[in-house]
Parts: sequence; C-alpha cells; structure tokens
Amino acid sequence: MTYIDYYKILGINKKASENDIKKAYRKMARKYHPDLNPGDKEAEKKFKEINEANEVLSNPENRKKYDKHGKDWKHADEIEKAQQQQQYHRGRQQRGPGQYSEEDFSDFFGSMFGGGSTGGRGRNVQFRGQDYNAELQLELEDVYRTHKRTLTINGKNIRLTIPAGVKNGQVIKIKGYGGEGVNGGPKGDLHIKFSILNHSKFKRDKDNLYATIDLDLYKALLGGEVVIDTFDGKVKLKVKPETKNLTKAKLKGKGFPIYKKEGQFGDLYITYQIKIPTNLSDKEKELFKELAKLR
Amino acid sequence: MELKDFIPIVQLCEHYSVEVSFFNELHEEGLISITTLEQTSYLHQDKISDVEKMIRIHQELNINTEGIDAVFNLLQKIDSLQNELNKLHNRLRLYENDY
Repeated sequence: MTYIDYYKILGINKKASENDIKKAYRKMARKYHPDLNPGDKEAEKKFKEINEANEVLSNPENRKKYDKHGKDWKHADEIEKAQQQQQYHRGRQQRGPGQYSEEDFSDFFGSMFGGGSTGGRGRNVQFRGQDYNAELQLELEDVYRTHKRTLTINGKNIRLTIPAGVKNGQVIKIKGYGGEGVNGGPKGDLHIKFSILNHSKFKRDKDNLYATIDLDLYKALLGGEVVIDTFDGKVKLKVKPETKNLTKAKLKGKGFPIYKKEGQFGDLYITYQIKIPTNLSDKEKELFKELAKLR
Repeated sequence: MELKDFIPIVQLCEHYSVEVSFFNELHEEGLISITTLEQTSYLHQDKISDVEKMIRIHQELNINTEGIDAVFNLLQKIDSLQNELNKLHNRLRLYENDY
C-alpha cells in the first residue's frame, strides 16, 4: 500500500488545529457529498477519502499514531509493543514498521459507509445500504416491446421487466436492490441506466421513428406500392403518382411505443429518395429522349 | 387514505436519531408533508428516500432546513438539465451516423 497523505487529502498542513481539520473536512464534504453529486463516481471516491482522512485526523489519538507511524498507524500498538520487546532482548536486530498487511480506503471505511454516510456518528446507528448504479445496453429493437430480462448484480440474479419505449439515458430505480443496510438499516436502491444502441434503419426522436427509403423512378412517376419492414412487421404504403424526391409520408401510430402508455405509439415518417436508373441500355436512352421531346 | 402507507414520525425519529422538531421544520419549509390523524403525525412512505437524504445532508454537512431546501431545488434543476441533455443527445443521434 502506498502512503496516503490524509493532510493533503483535506488540504491542510501537519500543524493544523482540530478546528482547522473540522473546517477543512466540512468544506470538502459539502463539495463531494454523494447526495450532492448523484451518479458521480469520482465524487463518491473522493468523499470516502476525505471521510477516512477525517476519521483519522479528528481523533487526537489516531492522529498521533498516524503522524508517528504513517501508513501503519493502525498497527501502532503492535509496533510499539514489538519495539519494546526488541529493546528488552538487547542485541537483536532492530525491526522497523511497515511489515503489515495492506488495506485500502474502502476496507477501513466499509463498516461505516452506506450510501453516503458518517461524520462522527455512533457505530450502532442504522445506515441505509449503498445505492448501486448499473448500465444496461439494449438494442432499439429490444425496447420496442415490454420484456423480461435477468440481470446479475453483485452475484444476485434480478428478474427485471423492461417497459417498452424506454429511452436512451433513462434511469429507472428498483427499490431495495442496492447494498445491505448497516446495523439492520434498509437496503439501498438499484439505479439502472439504459443505453439504447441503434443498428436499425430507423432513427428515433422521442416516440417517433424516421426512415429514408429508396423509390424507383417509375414508381415515383406512375405511383404504386412499397412495402416497409417495421419493428411490428411489414407495412404496405401507397405511393402517389408524380411523387417528388424527398417527399415525406407519415404513418400514424406506426412509430415507437410510448413509455408506460400501453397501446399508444408515436408516428413513423418515411422519406422517399428517388433512385435514378443507371447503366441505361440504348433502347432506354432512346425512350427517354422521346420523353424529353414531349416536355 | 391508507394508514399502512404512512409511518409515524416518532418511529422515524427513533430510527434516524433525529428530533421531532427537525421533521416539523422540514414540514414548515414545505419539504415534506406531515399528516396528522388522531394526534399522531405521519409521513407517507414514498417520501422516506427524500427524508433520508435530507437527514444525511443535515447531519453530515451541518446544513439547516433552509439550506436543504436550496440544495433540493438545485438538485431538481440538475436533474431536469440532465434529462434535457439526454433528450438533446438523443435528438443529435438523428443527424449522426447517417446510413
């Protein structure tokens, strides 16, 4: 374990008074408290660090041990005992501090930290469990219909109903699926953020879908029918004669399902892109020339 | 009103080690709504998660109820801005990655 400079973490020097430590801790806690920085992992980490620094430095006895033994301050008593024994058995080689197991912030802090906590409260106080954050990647097609999915969060399987129409970046909260409470406190919540990938031919804006389809020149001129593949199957669409390039058609209720409004859908907008025939045969060229003469 | 959805304030005070006056102050500040029935004050269980946050902010950051009100207003603003940002990100995707 590398040496953790608790003074540096709180932005104070080694001569800081108890009041200076308290002030520095409060200032930093207000800046990095998880409740004031929702979803910010860095702030959460920093908050753990400043809490640990405060736990050590605000207790005069712990501070003294930390100043003397640095990273091994937690084993100060054992070190001093060992040193006394070594002095007793004169002639033996002196052994210095620093041969103890490594622990990190969370290890030290684990028994107290629960969803953003401490600040000198008693250990028998109940704490709500930590909130867990997870991200779930789904394809656009997956969220067209309400479906169930099993997620494994911290080794536990959670069967989750994903409502149709969930949006990219949307977060849903599942109560009681977070970390265990401390001292019988309630469990935290699970926050799932949806990341919706789109590899379909549709683009989504809110509940509407947009697509551009190729339309051959003859169908655009003479009219006809096109068949469009949607998430809900094939849809036949009539094309009016003399349809211009980039004409839009609206298919009401053929868009994306509206979140938590069963049976309600947005609209589907189709843009026609007229495809000009290429590699014309001599005959075709001749006929087009004929047509040109008529205009 | 279903009483099973409400938790007596005294029980909450005991659970979270806070004074009844703290809940009264939150109520006066308009941060929570206390329901009184037969001389017992209750809080709706849906507000528990918010109240826990308020208690943490109060106890751990030494912020009074007026400060909690300001913090909650700002957090709501952040939340709505975040939602707006998500919406704009999603709209932006309409113009990106043209197929």
